[in-house]
Amino acid sequence: MVNPIRIETPLDEETIIKLKIGDKVLLNGIVYTGRDQAHKRIVDELEKAARENHKPKLPFVLEGQVIYYAGPAPCRPGMVIGPAGPTTSGRMDPYTPILLKRGLKGTIGKGRRSKDTIEAMRKYKAVYFVAVGGAAVLISKRIKRVETVAYEDLGPEAIYRLQVEDFPLIVANDVYGNDLFDEGIKKYRKVTQQGE
Amino acid sequence: MKEITSQDVTQAVETLCISSNCTLSEDAWEAIKEMLKDEESPTGKEVLEQILENDRLAKEEKLPMCQDTGFTTIFVEMGQEVGVNGGDFYEAINQGVRNGYKKGYLRKSVVKDPLRRKNTGDNTPPWVHIDIIPGDRLKISVMPKGAGSENMSTIKMLTPAEGVQGVKRFVLDWVRERGANACPPLVVGVGIGGTFEGVAKLAKKALLRPIGSKNPEPFYAEIEEDFLKEINNLGLGPQGLGGSTTALAVHIEPYPCHIASLPLAINLQCHAVRHATIVL
Repeated sequence: MVNPIRIETPLDEETIIKLKIGDKVLLNGIVYTGRDQAHKRIVDELEKAARENHKPKLPFVLEGQVIYYAGPAPCRPGMVIGPAGPTTSGRMDPYTPILLKRGLKGTIGKGRRSKDTIEAMRKYKAVYFVAVGGAAVLISKRIKRVETVAYEDLGPEAIYRLQVEDFPLIVANDVYGNDLFDEGIKKYRKVTQQGE
Repeated sequence: MKEITSQDVTQAVETLCISSNCTLSEDAWEAIKEMLKDEESPTGKEVLEQILENDRLAKEEKLPMCQDTGFTTIFVEMGQEVGVNGGDFYEAINQGVRNGYKKGYLRKSVVKDPLRRKNTGDNTPPWVHIDIIPGDRLKISVMPKGAGSENMSTIKMLTPAEGVQGVKRFVLDWVRERGANACPPLVVGVGIGGTFEGVAKLAKKALLRPIGSKNPEPFYAEIEEDFLKEINNLGLGPQGLGGSTTALAVHIEPYPCHIASLPLAINLQCHAVRHATIVL
């Protein structure tokens, strides 16, 4: 495997357009956690603000940022954070295009994205990174600082601001509409007597 | 009559909740290491290496290998000559889960109501299956299972005419479509036969079988081998990013069924194969 590409958040367009599916990336800087309930609350607020014609009150500025789909395990005394691997990204697909339209530049999770999300990444120039599902302890060692930002009542589903160092990721969807999941199967599938 | 106290049950469940979450079973460990040797994709190799490194760290530091420490399924085999004294049996199990998830710093991932979704705060209740068996032993197996793989599971009522080819087609199609989200390399638990509710339990119970063990029935052992080969030919690979390691094993659990039925259930297990057993 080729050497990893080291990148920093917030992500700018110049960095993003260079990333291609299959690239190994080490991410540095700030990422925000967010999963099902947090996404629902953000999108509800955006819709409410649009209806009532005021500026939405968001837990963080979306432009250039990266959301990590994760709900960490409890933190043992003396540790920075508990084990914190990625959760299944597909559950966030109904919300993701709305956030990408507002400037979110990257998402991190595990598993496939929907056609709509992949199209939105192409349109608004954003990328989807895969972290290894189940590698929760290994990933937690790359998290150096944790702050609760919003929705503390949601427990593991709250939004945390994480400072990460060399967070190991793989680019699964790039700004060109490519999908590593599809390409991977094409490359490694062996046709047998079963065929399709 | 052998007497066991409810405190013993609580203690056993507590211990099992922690050990199953923090220590990858030896058979899974060996299977992943073996697959790493043959994995064709460089990305796939990288993923398998991260998994092994993660699971080594988890064991060493007594941390849960995955943050999703699951909904807790508990299989109990209760000898008919065993009496449990000192309190409600189910409550003894609940208390074991409560203690284990608290002391082990395991994530509490259970909501009290499926639609109103408020966290119970202690990972209770578990789902408990009890089978009465001859003898005076009480065997408790704890299987915490994350939602990532559990959500990618299914039941299908096939017709008898579809036979083994129908089962194979459905299993392969299912793994091709849903496998990537279930954190491969997978263990594919397949229940065949029984009833609508029974077949799901068969599929889950199939996951308790050690990886690398052969089905005791040669007929099914052959089918398992064939399914495993075909699943690995799909090309999903580790985490679904492409490669030759999609499944570590296929385990089939058959049961008699109605003349007009062919129930089929698939319960996918992620690479974090977590289950542990104590016999009291």
